[in-house]
Amino acid sequence: MATMDELYQSVIIEHDRSPRNFRRLEAPTHQADGRNPLCGDEVHLELRVDEEGRIAEVGFQGRGCAVSKASASMMTTALGGRTLPEALELADRFQALLTGKREADASLGKLKVFQGLAAYPMRVKCATMPWHALREALRIEL
Amino acid sequence: MLRTTSRGKPIVYLDTAASAQKPQAVLDAMTRFYETSNANIHRGVYQASEQATLAYDGARETLASFLGGVAPEEIVFVRGTTEAINLVAQSFLRPTLRPDDWVLVTEMEHHANIVPWQLAGARTVPVPVTDGGELDLDAARRLLSEGPRLLAVVHASNTLGTINPIAELAAMARNAGVPVLVDGAQAVGHLAVDLTTLGADFYCFSGHKLFGPTGVGVLWGRRELLEAMPPWQGGGDMIDHVSFERTTFAPVPHKFEAGTPDIAGVIGLDAAVHWLGAQDRTAIAAHEETLWRAGRELLDAVGGVVRLAVPDRNVGILTFTVDGAHPHDVASLLDQDGICVRAGHHCTQPLHRRLGLPATVRASIAPYTALADLEALAAGLRRVRQVFA
Ligand SMILES: Cc1ncc(COP(=O)(O)O)c(C=O)c1O
Repeated sequence: MATMDELYQSVIIEHDRSPRNFRRLEAPTHQADGRNPLCGDEVHLELRVDEEGRIAEVGFQGRGCAVSKASASMMTTALGGRTLPEALELADRFQALLTGKREADASLGKLKVFQGLAAYPMRVKCATMPWHALREALRIEL
Repeated sequence: MLRTTSRGKPIVYLDTAASAQKPQAVLDAMTRFYETSNANIHRGVYQASEQATLAYDGARETLASFLGGVAPEEIVFVRGTTEAINLVAQSFLRPTLRPDDWVLVTEMEHHANIVPWQLAGARTVPVPVTDGGELDLDAARRLLSEGPRLLAVVHASNTLGTINPIAELAAMARNAGVPVLVDGAQAVGHLAVDLTTLGADFYCFSGHKLFGPTGVGVLWGRRELLEAMPPWQGGGDMIDHVSFERTTFAPVPHKFEAGTPDIAGVIGLDAAVHWLGAQDRTAIAAHEETLWRAGRELLDAVGGVVRLAVPDRNVGILTFTVDGAHPHDVASLLDQDGICVRAGHHCTQPLHRRLGLPATVRASIAPYTALADLEALAAGLRRVRQVFA
């Protein structure tokens, strides 16, 4: 099992420092705010879904710990090109991975590094928060 | 607990401000109660019930004398600070609340001393906190003259450690005719509190921060105020006479203690207060102050650790941020070394907004803290800095 240090050193620090898609979109079709009331972390998530119903662009902004930022950053890269049902399914699989209900498999791609976090239940919410925002965003079309 | 390990390392417990570890005497008293005299109180005539009742009522006397020799009838056992404040909000404030009434709080209050007043229907207006981490007393004086229904103020801040000048504030409030509730959650474990001279009208705290068990706490109130207040919850143990037409209530404090209380908890709190009474509190205070000062130097020597500005008198709290690292990440990495600190807003979101920080890291000092604990913290922080370097 990866220790917290390894987890940080392998990916989290890198995404914390240079988060992918850390920006606002010009013409979002969906958006939502995620919040972790326990620690005050916030994420603002925007998506643009194209005519074929696929996610064309994702951007996020906000402030938070390295875990939530890395999770949001990796989520934005994992979502590109997926349909909305596929995106929601990925969110479910990610949630299951972090709550120990499911083993990592290839379908999760790079996201599987977060599996190590399952041993730290207090931090799981940091990683799932952006994914909750995703669920929220997909429910509300602009 | 302090002999255990955490994540495979000997535990370095620096979160007493959240909850204190318990002396053996407290654990023993509670076990003894369950093993030898567990029964309900104020109900049975048999021996076990009698012993439980005597122990429970004895605890009221212990607490009354611990608080400077107030009347035992003025001690109400509750679940903790939060419940005590809610009781006052619902029973003292709400029945006489008028539409535009407001409660004067401070920017450094715990949510437990903000939200209950709002739930009772009052607005909350804060006394500002200065850049040095103290209350702005001039502003307090001015606001007190503008007619708040109550001043609700924390004795010692759980985020800054600042010890507020309660006697001075209470005197100002008295001049303005405003009653005062003091949240003593962080104070009673560190300062000798004498309610006969402090000038407060209500004072409350939680047992678990005073080396006692969770689930029990104290509300002290001036007898005439408590007597004038309607009961908050109804049930057994709080009545004088019940019929379907009309019920009369037991005298204070019983009218505020509906139902079977946390008897073992009260007995544990009694033991904690006895334990504390047997310690040299002056020596403990000196020990804590020495460590607090040493801790400040250790943190400053790490580099990249920014402590919150606080006045020189403190209940042993070190709150800081680490450049480039979010408090949760800091706490998670320290946890890998078995170091327990608190990260977040510590239930003081308005204060964090005032400080312009979403969250901070807090280490807090207790009688059982050693210099080695603070050295471990400093070493852990150096490692955190490396991970984020
Ligand atoms: C200053 C202060 N007030 C109130 C509370 C609430 O205490 P409890 O949760 O025990 O009711 C705390 C504890 O976190 C505190 O530090």
